[in-house]
Amino acid sequence: MQTTTVVAKTMDFDYEQVEKLLQEFVGKKGVVVPVLQKIQHEFGYLPRPALEYMAARLRIPVSRVYGVATFYAQFHLQPRGKNIIRVCRGTACHVRGVTKVAEKTKELLGVGVGETTADLKFTYEEVACIGACGLAPVMMVNEQTFGKLAPEKVQAILKKF
Amino acid sequence: MQEKHILICAGTGCISSGSMQVYEALKKELQKQRLESKVRIILSGCHGFCEKGPIFIVYPEDIFYCGVSAEDVPALVTEHLLQGKIVERLLYKDAQTGEGITSHAEIPFYSKQKRLALRNCGVIDPENIDEYIMRGVYQGLERVLRMEPQEIINEVKGSGLRGRGGAGFPTGMKWEFAYHNRQDKKYVVCNADEGDPGAFMDRSVLEGDPHAVLEGIMIAGRAIGSDEAYIYVRAEYPLAIRRLRTAIAQAEAYRVAGENILGSEFNFKINIKEGAGAFVCGEETALLASIEGARGMPRPRPPFPAFKGLWEKPTCINNVETLANVPLIIRKGSAWYTTIGTEGSKGTKIFALTGKVNNTGLCEVPMGITLREIIFDIGGGLQGGKKFKAVQIGGPSGGCIPESLLDLPVDYDSLHSAGAMMGSGGMVVMDEGTCMVDLARYFLAFTQSESCGKCTPCREGTKRMLEILERITQGKGKAEDIPRLERLALAVKDGSLCGLGQTAPNPVLTTLRYFRDEYEAHILEHRCPAGQCSALLTYYIDAELCTGCRACTRVCPAEAITGEKKEPHVIDEEKCISCGNCVERCKFDAIKTK
Ligand SMILES: Cc1cc2nc3c(=O)[nH]c(=O)nc-3n(C[C@H](O)[C@H](O)[C@H](O)COP(=O)(O)O)c2cc1C
Ligand code: FES
Repeated sequence: MQTTTVVAKTMDFDYEQVEKLLQEFVGKKGVVVPVLQKIQHEFGYLPRPALEYMAARLRIPVSRVYGVATFYAQFHLQPRGKNIIRVCRGTACHVRGVTKVAEKTKELLGVGVGETTADLKFTYEEVACIGACGLAPVMMVNEQTFGKLAPEKVQAILKKF
Repeated sequence: MQEKHILICAGTGCISSGSMQVYEALKKELQKQRLESKVRIILSGCHGFCEKGPIFIVYPEDIFYCGVSAEDVPALVTEHLLQGKIVERLLYKDAQTGEGITSHAEIPFYSKQKRLALRNCGVIDPENIDEYIMRGVYQGLERVLRMEPQEIINEVKGSGLRGRGGAGFPTGMKWEFAYHNRQDKKYVVCNADEGDPGAFMDRSVLEGDPHAVLEGIMIAGRAIGSDEAYIYVRAEYPLAIRRLRTAIAQAEAYRVAGENILGSEFNFKINIKEGAGAFVCGEETALLASIEGARGMPRPRPPFPAFKGLWEKPTCINNVETLANVPLIIRKGSAWYTTIGTEGSKGTKIFALTGKVNNTGLCEVPMGITLREIIFDIGGGLQGGKKFKAVQIGGPSGGCIPESLLDLPVDYDSLHSAGAMMGSGGMVVMDEGTCMVDLARYFLAFTQSESCGKCTPCREGTKRMLEILERITQGKGKAEDIPRLERLALAVKDGSLCGLGQTAPNPVLTTLRYFRDEYEAHILEHRCPAGQCSALLTYYIDAELCTGCRACTRVCPAEAITGEKKEPHVIDEEKCISCGNCVERCKFDAIKTK
């Protein structure tokens, strides 16, 4: 199928890559979230040109795409670090002192919540419960879970990445 | 040597404690000792005892080892497998006697449990459908294929099963609504969003026993007359998603899902949708909006999803644990199920026992057991022998229950009358070191940031309540803050659109009900009885270290520090506002807190 909607294209952006991702979704319903998940998986974040292209191709307003993208904590409109740190702020972790672990991690990285280090190595995020509450306090680096944390253990974990 | 089966836990908890390294080491060691053909290694789902992981069980003798590391593997192989000697040091030690316990059935953590929904978790390999079929999984499905929809519904209604996702709505009744609403297309939705911080029972069921959930979904589908389901899983659970995908593919290959199931005319397709990180999406109408690809915002009910759900079609939405109970009810009959539990709450409930308790992990107990039994018998009491203060049940929608109510039976109605709720089953134990005002502030900060913003009472009300709580924990509370909080809480409860706002005030209301004195201590005496709110700590000067340099007196905005030059200074507690300026300025670490 040819797109009839014209997209104001940004010069050096690889639209081909987005087009490939969209193939399996065109003409189906309820696809905004999974498409955004695919784009983010591919690019590491949601680049503006990709969102505009996706909206035109799926025939939905860009405003709706942005509405969805900004609603969910999982989506990011800015590039992120190579490694994603997610410190748990769930109840079990709160009661077992994750606050100090979070402070130490932010101090070591020199960033705040949702920020990325200047060398793009780490992005620091906080989430509500990783589901490993038995090992509280807990954090995840990428898909790896680290439990029974204490502020003095953070440095060694960061060194692994 | 007799053939052995070794079960290594591959749940998220044990993996993060190193169970995969244990697995690799075991494979290597067996190769080295040429025992590969005599020993079968099974990677199982969660055993619930995450704190003591990695868990390693040897069958047929059923010896339970815990806290095993890769370095322990050669000893386990040589001593246990070859010489038949139990490796004492890796056994679970009884908390009182210090003696090793060999079989897990004798460990107090397990002996008081009744594992129905968790029946297969930790017992079988979740990635191998053959093991399920051996344990009777899909027999329930086989049976319902020979039953009329109304018969299936009557069976579930008769069992008294109520939803495990929070509200406790009777499952059979929900199915009946969806069944009677005749339309060309209907959906079953499995709610696996589990956004409640401090809960991980659905995660363990999905990771440890995915086929039970699939079977439950298909039985629901058969009952209401649907041919398609969505499982909505949070993206933070990558392992659960992977195991579900594997399970669906295997079930389709075995013709227990997909087309012409077990040779019948029944077709059923199961899809997986990954959540995208919003707590409110656990609410059923928001969840449906999210599957449809929109912002996950709730809408008013009625119409309930059973009438108008996914893409306007009748939809039956149930929680993971609810669905995991269904195949057992069908297989063993509702009469059997009603023998477990209490009058109004049948069956069992899984709780995630966490916080300051000795044995953290998942436990499944019959309804009606007391909180004391869960916390002290299964949980082994408080860490470090500290004094119990409260248990928080039901997450951000639940409440805090004090020591005086420890003998309360755990069921939907008793918890509700105590101001808490079953919720998803998070149970966080707290000792004297936890400040209840700060805890209320913590939960409100959570619900406030997760409020979707659609309705005003929730959006604005939670924000104002949070501001008041922040003020109190910073020692700036006023006497009128307590009645104001109460008024606001009731307004938010009554006026909010969905369950998020309607229950958000519960942590505040229960702490006010049971721990009002702590609020008063913060406001009237500027004191945090638990010693947790830093702004309320009392500052004093260590006379041994103070040189009398006067640096602190210059930065004190309240003129609370006095003393002669070169003589130790003192802080007037009455005047001190706990700003901490002096601590930063002092070069001699002479200013302390208590
Ligand atoms: C804010 C909010 C969050 C919820 N989160 C969940 C959840 O994570 N998992 C769940 O099963 N139900 C959750 N529920 C309850 C669902 O709306 C719904 O009642 C439930 O999925 C019905 O299934 P059941 O009858 O089997 O319990 C939540 C409700 C609210 C109001
Ligand atoms: S509360 Fe931190 S993992 Fe659940």
